[in-house]
Amino acid sequence: MLLWVAGFIILLVKLTIVLGVVLFLAGYLVWVERKFLARLQIRLGPNRAGPYGLLQPLADIVKMITKEDTVPDGADRAFFLLAPAVVASTAILMFSVVPFGNDITLLGQRVPLVVTDLNIGLLFVLALSSLSVYGVALGGWASNSKYGLLGGIRGAAQMISYELSLGLSLIPIVMMAHSFSMVEIVEAQKSYPFILFQPVAFLIFVVSAMAESKRIPFDLPEAENELVAGYHTEYSGMRFGLFFLGEYVHIMVFGGILAVLFLGGWRGPFLPPVVWLLIKIFLVALFMIWVRGTLPRLRYDQLMDLGWKVLIPLALINILVTGAVGLIVH
Amino acid sequence: MESVWEAVTALLSGLWTVFIHLFRKPITEQYPEYKRPLPVRARGRIILTCDPDGEERCVSCFLCSAVCPVNCISMEGAERGDGRRYAAWFRINFARCILCGFCEEACPTSAIQLTTDYEFAKTDILSFVYEKEDLLVNHQGKDKDYNFYKYAGVTTNYGDKGEHVGERKPVDVKSNMP
Repeated sequence: MLLWVAGFIILLVKLTIVLGVVLFLAGYLVWVERKFLARLQIRLGPNRAGPYGLLQPLADIVKMITKEDTVPDGADRAFFLLAPAVVASTAILMFSVVPFGNDITLLGQRVPLVVTDLNIGLLFVLALSSLSVYGVALGGWASNSKYGLLGGIRGAAQMISYELSLGLSLIPIVMMAHSFSMVEIVEAQKSYPFILFQPVAFLIFVVSAMAESKRIPFDLPEAENELVAGYHTEYSGMRFGLFFLGEYVHIMVFGGILAVLFLGGWRGPFLPPVVWLLIKIFLVALFMIWVRGTLPRLRYDQLMDLGWKVLIPLALINILVTGAVGLIVH
Repeated sequence: MESVWEAVTALLSGLWTVFIHLFRKPITEQYPEYKRPLPVRARGRIILTCDPDGEERCVSCFLCSAVCPVNCISMEGAERGDGRRYAAWFRINFARCILCGFCEEACPTSAIQLTTDYEFAKTDILSFVYEKEDLLVNHQGKDKDYNFYKYAGVTTNYGDKGEHVGERKPVDVKSNMP
């Protein structure tokens, strides 16, 4: 009984810390993105709220919360109010399977440094990223606006297409690690990170994960110059903020999963494991911002061509080659 | 295969170009701290100037009011005892004014002039209605020594008909009689 209570308290503490850190970092990722993107475009970026604009995320949150929460006429109220929560919560939940360190011993108990070590962690991530399609599609459909509807439809089509290549690109990783568990995948990269063996899978995963998180060059669901703001056109206040938060948490989750699957997770010399994981997440986020500063948006047919005619065949070939090499080696 | 190579090199060169820009100095001008020097003929807040003698230049001719494309200038004309005309009241609604400068070009006496002051934003729209005492200044603005009544052919304290600068004596029409 006592052990059970202690385990429960440890779980709660871990949950609180992870949630707090993820939300805090997501808030400051907005600042990093605005600052870094500005410097890529030889601008200064936010610099008025606090030194170097460091209080900008706080100011944004205060603004979002104090704004009026409007529901448009004719909107499907229940779905409209629910959709942002789906996007934000699925993005945050994905972080629960990302390990951020080796097991530590606390008061004679083994504490794994991961919120839950699911034995199907990878499938859990894929399932949740499919679920977040519902937030986009329902939010766009429920707002009773043509822009929202178009954005939602595009979002659904894009995310379903890229879900396939995302999943297929990860199968070679599972084949090499012999496990779906994120902890064991990190364990399997003890000597070498998988990016050295699976560069093709890495590239496919990066492209499709960018499409999954709906960022430039794959931001068709919210294409500003054709659809106003796409699926979140009609949202205001903190509900819009939740979509926004979901996007930035998604970037961090993407960074974390990329680090776990290809870059050796929390492994690295000298620094503590958590710091290594954060550095890897930060570098991936910087890369995404860099890409955002460089590439224009894809056209819809180009997007579908890239997904179905390039990435999926490439991922299938990659699976075959990995399987063949595995057979030969054993 | 050719096109794949082309796409990859294009992508990498784009990324590289953007990356170099990271090390360039931002070109942003920080407005309230740094104010960009304005051209001398920049058009801003409107003023009513004075003669070199210190008298109001405005003769209430209504030309500025007539030329104004947004009808933001209104006034009422009056005449002083010595023959000079002036505006009994003069009003510019800066909430409507588009700072086009037509009034300055139309003004025959160089009374109405535009300054380079553009920082007079306010939160209360009614406070944008400027009366004559708000507009009047006690200097000559851009036109330092023009004095309308020294040239105008009307009788004022600057002289009778025929006594102004470059003006001939009036012809006695009776002398033309056969």
